[in-house]
Amino acid sequence: MSEGAKAMKIAIGPILYHWPAAEIRRFYDSLRGRVDTFYLGETVCSRRREMRAEDWIGLGRELAEEGHEVVLSTLSLVVARSEAAVVRRLCDNGELRVEANDYTAVSELEARGLPFVAGPTLNIYSGRALRAIQRAGAVRWVPPIEMPGASLRGVLAELAELGGDPMETEVFAYGRQPLAFSARCFTARHYDRPKDDCGLVCAHHPEGMPVTTRAGERFLAINGIQTQSWCCANLIPAIPQMQEMGLSAVRLSPRPGAMDEVVAAFRAAIDGAPVTLEEPPLEQQCDGYWWGDAGYKRKALETGTVE
Amino acid sequence: MELLCPAGNLTALRAAVDNGADTVYIGFRDVTNARQFPGLNFTAEQAERGVEYAHERGVRVHVAVNSYVQAGGWAQWQQSIDQAARIGADAVIVADLGLLAYTAEQWPQLGRHLSVQASATTPEALDFYRRRYGVTRAVLPRVLSIQQVEALAGETDVELEVFGFGSLCVMAEGRCLLSSYATGESPNTVGACSPAWAVQWQERPEGREVRLGGLLIDRFAPEEPAGYPTICKGRYEVEGELEHAFETPTSLETAELLPRLRRAGIHAVKIEGRQRSPAYVGKVTRIWRQLMDRLPAAEAAEGDYAPDPDQVSALQAFSEGRTTTLGPYERKWQ
Repeated sequence: MSEGAKAMKIAIGPILYHWPAAEIRRFYDSLRGRVDTFYLGETVCSRRREMRAEDWIGLGRELAEEGHEVVLSTLSLVVARSEAAVVRRLCDNGELRVEANDYTAVSELEARGLPFVAGPTLNIYSGRALRAIQRAGAVRWVPPIEMPGASLRGVLAELAELGGDPMETEVFAYGRQPLAFSARCFTARHYDRPKDDCGLVCAHHPEGMPVTTRAGERFLAINGIQTQSWCCANLIPAIPQMQEMGLSAVRLSPRPGAMDEVVAAFRAAIDGAPVTLEEPPLEQQCDGYWWGDAGYKRKALETGTVE
Repeated sequence: MELLCPAGNLTALRAAVDNGADTVYIGFRDVTNARQFPGLNFTAEQAERGVEYAHERGVRVHVAVNSYVQAGGWAQWQQSIDQAARIGADAVIVADLGLLAYTAEQWPQLGRHLSVQASATTPEALDFYRRRYGVTRAVLPRVLSIQQVEALAGETDVELEVFGFGSLCVMAEGRCLLSSYATGESPNTVGACSPAWAVQWQERPEGREVRLGGLLIDRFAPEEPAGYPTICKGRYEVEGELEHAFETPTSLETAELLPRLRRAGIHAVKIEGRQRSPAYVGKVTRIWRQLMDRLPAAEAAEGDYAPDPDQVSALQAFSEGRTTTLGPYERKWQ
């Protein structure tokens, strides 16, 4: 792992897809000792039960004992009482930090006085909102996926002006971007199955189901109740800027296969080496959001620099 | 149960008041509300006249300041809250944490309602907003089934407001970045979904094509009706099949659920549509006023409750694609 207090850390975000338990374990085995932080847990759909809350907590303790930082991530859209109960169970694990991905979790953590990570779906877009979530107990935050780098700089300056403590900031820097959540499961809908008898058809799509426009452009990926960008974010060209802004970590979102290569590329970029990442190929990557454009656009990825 | 009706301008506000709304909700003409359309919404002066008109007739006014404060934008959002307070609005509808904190501190007498854009779905989440910011009412996102709405109403002290009629967001409100993915602008950031400047229609041999931010989101045959283009209602190819991958264009219509909502203790039913014409607002308000006024008698009558079929078909005529759905309220969606 990188030396020095100021080196940006590499965090592996929660697995967003429905993978078999054995695959999940293989995935984490392949990254042991190579990254700083693991976010563990089911954030998309409570019907996926390959790993129960206890299994995630158990895996988390193993990884933490080996020296990784481990954070338990909660469900992003909590509607059933059984789902709120799982959120509570994670908050009560007694040891590992929790990433709150909705205000059910924020409420539980704030009530317990526990420090937490504010996930990317809490809609923190300004210094005032960041100060408010900090007051509720957040010690780290992941800005909304759509926030441009320049706005992030502004938010952090506002927080400082308001007298807030500096906050660890982790940017979603790699992977298909979660764009929307719904009551409906679009995978089940495509297979013409009711959501409460879905047969877990999303298991057939370890990286979501591509949605293509009628002009043949790859556009989105359906992952159960979540809609993702089809293109894969890659913010390697923005790393020098992130370091200069003092950001604490990059979040790499799990994809099937090749994550070791991705981690190595980000590690090299953080260490200042010139690096290009072609996993997936460049035409499947995007970085528009960071540079203040439409999310699907390729800015610095195309030109090398922006501004 | 209170009937809340939308208004995008003074004429629509008067139409809602005159046709029986208990409360009208409005927004200012800028990025601080989540229904920012060119030419729509109120200047401070118009809003003041609207409040005056409504209050003289015993009708309340809620002001939506429900997009999220953006970096560098605090002064503008604060101004919207201050204006709402100064013109005597009965409540502000807010989603942003910083704005909630500010309103609670600076305008403690001004009602604080949690916007649907905050997507609060559980008693725990509602309680967070209540205990930290004194939120007294929440608008529920369109993701809960009727059973879940009933259960939630039994488990929270926060008053609940639900959508009863109008356009349907397929995605959880405040949790959808599809618009900014194609255009750079979203409801959260500038209060706009599918901003008009990014929409491009084109007649082509294959049909009438509509693009958003350059991306083809649908193509229509010559006589095929086409609504306002949003990504979630477009047609795409999924595994070799051309389909509405998310939702067919349809509207939410819940008249038949009114007795259950009332019994559950839901405080208010909300009609969507600040972007709609004054004529639409007036007619839909009138129909819903009657549905709600007749509810006690209709419930007392023998047999299962069914809303007046004439009124239901009248509502259908106002609906997108002329079709309606119970949306998330029914099991099929869950």
